[in-house]
Amino acid sequence: MKKKILEQKNGGQKSPFAVSLKSICKSFGPVRANDEICLNVSSGTIHGIIGENGAGKSTLMSILYGFYQPDSGDIQVDGKAAIFKQPSDAIRLGIGMVHQHFMLVPNFTALENIILGSEGKMGLKNGLQNAKLKLEELKSTYGLEVDLDNVTEDLPVGIQQRIEILKALYRGARVLILDEPTGVLTPQETDQLFEILLALKSEGVTILLITHKLHEIMAITDEVSVMRQGKMVANTLTKKTSPEWLAEQMVGRSVLVNTKYESGKVGSVALSADGIGVTDKRGFDSLKNATFELRSGEILGIAGIAGNGQSELLSVLSGITPPSRGNFRINDKIFDSKNHCSPGLMRELGLSHVPEDRHAEGLVLPFQAFESVILGYEKNPSFGTGFFTKPEQIQAHCARLQDSFDVRPQNPTLISSQFSGGNQQKLVLSREISSAPKILLVGQPTRGVDIGAIEFIHKTLIKMRDSGCAILLVSVELEEILSLSDRILVMNSGEIMGIVSKANTTKAMLGKMMAGIPLEKAIEEKN
Amino acid sequence: MTDFWFQFLLALDSTLRVATPLIFCAMAGIFSERSGIIDISLEGKMLMAAFVAAATAYATGSPWIGAIAAIIVSILASLIHGFACIIHRGNQVISGLAINILASGLTVIIGIALFRQGGQTPTLPRTSRFNSLELPFVDFMEQNVPIFGIIYKELLSDHNILVWAALASVGVTFYILFKTTFGLRLRAVGEKPEAIDSAGISVTRMRFQAIIIAGILCGLAGVYLSTATGAGFVKEMTAGKGYIALAAMIFGKWRPVPALFACLLFGFLEAVAARVQGVEIMLIGEISSDLLIALPYLLTVILLAGFIGGVTPPRAIGQPYIKER
Repeated sequence: MKKKILEQKNGGQKSPFAVSLKSICKSFGPVRANDEICLNVSSGTIHGIIGENGAGKSTLMSILYGFYQPDSGDIQVDGKAAIFKQPSDAIRLGIGMVHQHFMLVPNFTALENIILGSEGKMGLKNGLQNAKLKLEELKSTYGLEVDLDNVTEDLPVGIQQRIEILKALYRGARVLILDEPTGVLTPQETDQLFEILLALKSEGVTILLITHKLHEIMAITDEVSVMRQGKMVANTLTKKTSPEWLAEQMVGRSVLVNTKYESGKVGSVALSADGIGVTDKRGFDSLKNATFELRSGEILGIAGIAGNGQSELLSVLSGITPPSRGNFRINDKIFDSKNHCSPGLMRELGLSHVPEDRHAEGLVLPFQAFESVILGYEKNPSFGTGFFTKPEQIQAHCARLQDSFDVRPQNPTLISSQFSGGNQQKLVLSREISSAPKILLVGQPTRGVDIGAIEFIHKTLIKMRDSGCAILLVSVELEEILSLSDRILVMNSGEIMGIVSKANTTKAMLGKMMAGIPLEKAIEEKN
Repeated sequence: MTDFWFQFLLALDSTLRVATPLIFCAMAGIFSERSGIIDISLEGKMLMAAFVAAATAYATGSPWIGAIAAIIVSILASLIHGFACIIHRGNQVISGLAINILASGLTVIIGIALFRQGGQTPTLPRTSRFNSLELPFVDFMEQNVPIFGIIYKELLSDHNILVWAALASVGVTFYILFKTTFGLRLRAVGEKPEAIDSAGISVTRMRFQAIIIAGILCGLAGVYLSTATGAGFVKEMTAGKGYIALAAMIFGKWRPVPALFACLLFGFLEAVAARVQGVEIMLIGEISSDLLIALPYLLTVILLAGFIGGVTPPRAIGQPYIKER
């Protein structure tokens, strides 16, 4: 029925393009987020938009969704000029968006979330019942299985995403924008999402898929556009291209995709955990019975979907929170709930920690770079006399680190928040590595970091490992874990599903374990 | 025993009277805070409304015109709060505090300027006030219906219309919040304003609507104080009731019906305090009146500190809404 309405609006003549953008420009202060962007999206196709973080993809989509207004340029929907002053204008023309961070009210039911904003009449009861009928139809047409009466926050992210998709379809979306939809999904959930997208496409829905993952573009899109530094640098049919070529377009030079690094020379046990458990304030066991060994000269990758106990593990091992149960041992020292230790003392024992959230835990954003770069090490005699600091020495130290870690701009007095994500991460990494740790805990080292910096960070970690450092790497990027780790530990719901060596595993098996199937069962299922 | 029963009924009766402004303010707080706006200015709005109601009722002789003027002024105070916190993204606690300070100063200054009675308004005659309404068949019920008859006479009859309005406001709040489209959006905007924005609804508009409703309810609370239970405005006559209502709202987990019971509990304590004052109690002796007056406040502190730990307020409360990037 929706189709009919749209066709009527166009007076019967159909444009081949569901959406076209012409010379879109958008600046935020001095930053040109979008510079003369042109884009044509053919009706009924899956169109991928790929680019590094900060390339301007999300800004462009926000303009298409009416969230921002472009400084200049035109938008056409089905061949007709459109002006979007607010999201409701875009919704009216059949454009729906699935945001990277879901726009769902956590304590509402799925149904309430879906109808929010288009409920119908004043009283809620009728609206809810009518919506239910309509949604049952949508659910079966597109294979979007969702229990509408469940409270959203209790549902897995994969299902929450389906709620977002249903929300857009319920509003009559014929063009669906998905912003980094797979970032939070397990490989299985990703496969299911792709099936849904294909079903949508077969029903004539046009899909815009924004991602920075090359293999997703190759797997599902019909056409692909590449963005780099606010500009559209390439538009092509997916089947005429290759991942290597796309990567080159993204960064402007050739990079190695998914470098496989050689295994390291494994030494003695540097840290051993025995039955560590954490019970949080609400009485929920967020980490259960974690037992493993970390050896010098190896990278132990911790794989898992965000929020499955990895953060708690890092927080215990770095000395920030004491374990509720169990203990862990570094050299001859045992730490448990009674006898725990501060991050400062941990540093003295040769343990460094690159926190998962560099903004909250890694840096003080309003500090200048040279101040941020000695956080936690300010007692070092070369930085001060114990009471007074020595700014010149610290600045010189910072300049040296910035030089060797290729931090740009190379300015020790620049405010930390003004560096890009990748450069902030290099600042944190340089600080933690400069103390020559024996154990290095690394959380999400490349989250929000561009490809060039990712490569540098990965090489740095491998170099540290080869020099005999024991590295615990927590990452939600499975590619990263597979590329760097010697052994891989998979977590789900606070429990360790299994530890495997890289040589003996596959992505599919890790995916099963990430979804909560223990190693033994995952092997059985495979055979 | 019958005497105790009678006394208890009277205590319940005055519980209702004492709780009325608390109920209005707690419902006002629920509307405002469910939309994500912290409202500690319940107190100030109620005080302004109390003054304007008394002054206008005195000038015009009509309590109804007084009530309308009071509600308008209370809404204006809400709009000032909204201008500061919604449009200019100011700190909601500071803005609320400013309104409270403004109210306590302005009411006295204008009061002195207009009436020259040390900040009070002249005593209102019966005709300029909301008077108690006797329910029909009171005597018949008392004489012919056992137990309920006396409850009917002593507890339910002889309340002014605003007491009933306060009780009704709980039902209305519940209905609006949980059974209407507006309520769904209101709850959403206090939990996740981004969701409302991306659904194509203005966050600013929703929040303004919520605080305007809060303004109306606070206005009614003020009207009740100066032209229904009282016979005129007295300097600082709200005496912290706005804060107690805020506590009751939190104690009731931002839900209308539990908040009503919290208001009644606080009201009951105050009523009992007034009743036992100066009375010899077996074994204990006379209870210090200061202690009794302090009791509701002490309880507030204890309840808030001890029992509210596990309660989650609306998630977006206190945060001005800014579009990302």
